Amino acid sequence: MKNTLRNIFHSPKFVIGFVIFFGLLLFTFIYPWFVMADPLEMVGQGNFFKPGTYVSVKDTVDSKYYTLNIQAKSANLGDHIEDKDKADMRDWLVNYGGVSQEEMDAADDNTLVALWLEHYDSKAKQKGLLASKKKAFVRLDKEIQKLASDADMIIAQENEDGELEETASVDSQQYVNTRDISNKRTFVLGTDNFGRDVLTELVQATKVSLKIGLIAGTVATLIGLLLGLLSGYIGGVFDDVIIFITNLFTVIPSFVLLILITYSVGQNARGVTLIATVIGATSWTWTCRSVRSQVISLRNRDHVNLSKLSGHSMMRIVLTDILPYVASYVVMAFILQISSGILAEAQLSMLGLGPSTTTTATLGQMMNWATLYAAHLNGSWWAYFPVVFVITIIAFSLNLMNTGLDQVFNPQLRD
Amino acid sequence: MSDAKRAECLRGKGVTKIFGMGDKKTVAVDHVDFDFREGEIISIVGESGSGKTTLSKMLLGLISVSEGQIYFQGQPRDIKGGKKKREYWKNIQAIFQDPFSSYNMFNKIDSVLLDCINMRGGKHLPYEEKFKLMSEACSFVNLEFKELTNKYPFELSGGQMQRLMIARIFLLKPKILLADEPTSMIDACSRSTILDMLLKLRDEINMTVIFITHDIGLAYYISDQVYIMEHGKFVEHGAAEECIIHPKAAYTKRLINDVPKIYEEWDLSTV
Amino acid sequence: MGKVMLEVKNLKTKYVTRLREDVYAVDGVSLKIEEGKSLGVAGESGCGKSTLALSLMGYYFPPLHYMSGDIIVDGKNISGMKPDDVRRNVLGTEIAYIPQAAMNALNPTQKIIRFIEDVIHVHDPGMSKKDVYDLAKERFGILGLPEEVLQKHAVELSGGMKQRTVIAISTILSPKVLIADEPSSALDVTSQKMVIKMMRDLMDKGYIKSMIFITHELPLLYNVTDDIMVMYAGQIVEKGSAREMVFDPLHPYTKGLMGSIIVPEEGVRENKLTAIPGTPPNLKHPPKGCRFADRCKYATPTCSGMEVPTIEMPNGREYRCLMSERKIREVYENE
Repeated sequence: MKNTLRNIFHSPKFVIGFVIFFGLLLFTFIYPWFVMADPLEMVGQGNFFKPGTYVSVKDTVDSKYYTLNIQAKSANLGDHIEDKDKADMRDWLVNYGGVSQEEMDAADDNTLVALWLEHYDSKAKQKGLLASKKKAFVRLDKEIQKLASDADMIIAQENEDGELEETASVDSQQYVNTRDISNKRTFVLGTDNFGRDVLTELVQATKVSLKIGLIAGTVATLIGLLLGLLSGYIGGVFDDVIIFITNLFTVIPSFVLLILITYSVGQNARGVTLIATVIGATSWTWTCRSVRSQVISLRNRDHVNLSKLSGHSMMRIVLTDILPYVASYVVMAFILQISSGILAEAQLSMLGLGPSTTTTATLGQMMNWATLYAAHLNGSWWAYFPVVFVITIIAFSLNLMNTGLDQVFNPQLRD
Repeated sequence: MSDAKRAECLRGKGVTKIFGMGDKKTVAVDHVDFDFREGEIISIVGESGSGKTTLSKMLLGLISVSEGQIYFQGQPRDIKGGKKKREYWKNIQAIFQDPFSSYNMFNKIDSVLLDCINMRGGKHLPYEEKFKLMSEACSFVNLEFKELTNKYPFELSGGQMQRLMIARIFLLKPKILLADEPTSMIDACSRSTILDMLLKLRDEINMTVIFITHDIGLAYYISDQVYIMEHGKFVEHGAAEECIIHPKAAYTKRLINDVPKIYEEWDLSTV
Repeated sequence: MGKVMLEVKNLKTKYVTRLREDVYAVDGVSLKIEEGKSLGVAGESGCGKSTLALSLMGYYFPPLHYMSGDIIVDGKNISGMKPDDVRRNVLGTEIAYIPQAAMNALNPTQKIIRFIEDVIHVHDPGMSKKDVYDLAKERFGILGLPEEVLQKHAVELSGGMKQRTVIAISTILSPKVLIADEPSSALDVTSQKMVIKMMRDLMDKGYIKSMIFITHELPLLYNVTDDIMVMYAGQIVEKGSAREMVFDPLHPYTKGLMGSIIVPEEGVRENKLTAIPGTPPNLKHPPKGCRFADRCKYATPTCSGMEVPTIEMPNGREYRCLMSERKIREVYENE
């Protein structure tokens, strides 16, 4: 037994899978200690805010200013002009602005903008350029002019008479320290359609999904193991009945069964535990079949015969002489059942048949929301991609553990 | 060693085993009669597929008898129901061919032997008493119990494992021991030890040993009575000397002829 | 003295295991077989006799690794050759190998003649199907196998017939050495006898020039081979003619082995069987001195202290023991 454990932890595949899986599990437990906010709190007013740090505009105005000698203009321009436009600008400057190719090649964003401001003339002769393109350049020029403007801004406040009163003027060289701003919030993975922090939601969803996987896996393995052991060992009519039921469950696609059951349970009763149990109760067939076939071959082994001759009861023979031999297989099946349980929940929730709860999220539900609000169409990758990634990584780590175990328990597969 | 002196142990009349039904029906053991006497070593010799293992399972009561009746100590054997079966199994034990599959590899050797003591009603004995019994059993088979404690059976060699099986039998002291090819998977030099121990069981505890083998030489060496089995039937039986050195049935003659010899010429031309 | 067909000089091979504990399964084996002779290899399970068979082919695949030594087949050194070269140039024409489960090696979906075509075409791609068939028919006829077998599938044949067919197929190219590893152990006695007769025929008719026969059944070896070699813990402990080895063993281990022979012949019941106590040493860490010292009742402290040399006797017999021949006979006499 000790030796087997040592072998298992010598298998690199198992160890990698184990570390990933338990790392993830640990993270879901540790994260809430640091971020104590309610995962489903709607922070944002609106759909899908990009990942990043959000600071309060009002607080920024109120903060102390520092004057920094930084080329704020060109940084703005560099950030706000798209690469395509930059290429167009370069072309224009070389072709019509009289800038040499060498100078252009050496120019970075800052000098490019400077050159543009210096040389661009909408009235210049632009041979071979379409009228629409010419207009586009005029528009681009306006934009650049605006961005490059050094003009100061005025901050005004409404007084009692409803007139605006200047309180401060801000020039382009003024900065505030982000530490001075008291209200800010970082959304590492942005917000979702309801304006909820995706990261916090994801961590909670992972935890719930893992719980569903564990419950579903346990239920499926227990049912499968129990029925497999009994039908394999007892045989006869009992076996026929069990195998008939198993075949019935195998023949009817379990997903259809799952949909029917969850649908009939009703919207209000579908909690996390119930969904997990239902998933488990529809996916035990393969465990049952394989346990049964192993038990049948074990049943005729000599040590079982000897145990019978020693007068042991059936219960004892099954528990001490048969169960330990199938245990390694059952552990592997259990791991796969967890993984398929998580996937089944994701599938169900995608169809809107997942746990109907407003207090917890699951990975599948997050996917469902992202789909419903067309996150994949409006480019809000942060709403669904991290979820897909977490599902993949869970399935990957569990399968890796399973493969590692397989190699340990079936030495023929080694090398 | 005449039959008259010895008490009846296991007797069979028209014992038959049929597997399957209808077209798939196969008769594994076909109306065999036998009469095993107490304190003898009886060999059942047959090639693979002759039904000797099926017969042994029936004798053990692990599978049911399709037709015919087995008599145990003169009484018709009744093993219907778990309780009666358990009662019968106190009288008969077995050693199987493959020592590696005869042990539950998750149990230690001590627990294998302790289990035997518990079965014989020694559950409440103090540990010293149990230890003495186990050491005695191990020394019967030339093993040192002290070296075996806290070991798993698979840490032993095949021969040692088979000897431990005999130690188990020694503790259980059944009336009948059924040895199903106990030496076919172990080396020749360990084989002699096992055979000697079976002889010792017969001589010291007056155990009836039913020895099932495909090796006619082994049967000749060890047994008092020999039953030759072909296609589910006994073609010949009798005392070992008479049955194997002076065979009457054509099948026995062929079997003996086909086994390599050492002292006589082995005639290869008669194939 | 005939032409030497197979010569092995100090061959060492090992199994490399995952835990980096190498098992030295064949540790310094030297032997020589002349044309028309057969050599039997006997020993307990785990003594390295099957590994020897694999090693002699020169066909190494993990975990078996070649360490040192020479294998010379009919004057050609095949040790250290690449597995692919061995498969193309050695197997079939120089050396043929028959494992115990050979009969299960036949692909059940193909007819027997297809295997023969495959074997021949590796070495002679130009041969026409008809020529192959004629050759196979002739060979099968001589070996007493019915011609219909050629057109059958493996599943239609009985175990013994399959085994004989495999032997006929693997010797179709008339190899110089046939290595048979327990070719008849899984069979009934009658089929076993047929296999043995066939191998004898192959030798007598010159289709194979020499043979190595590996088995744990000593009575069989006595009847099949000219010489017998006994292996113990990866080494040869004794070698000699079959008669000498069975009736006049020198090495204590051989004596123990021969004392455990059981045959159904008159008077055998009265023989006292000998048993060797103990178990063979672990080949991961082989002992320095005589490997049998732990189990030998004649062992002295010197036995386990030094490497025991092989003593060669004038009649070609050799044994690995520190006692002289006279001393051994004296000791056995006094028992």
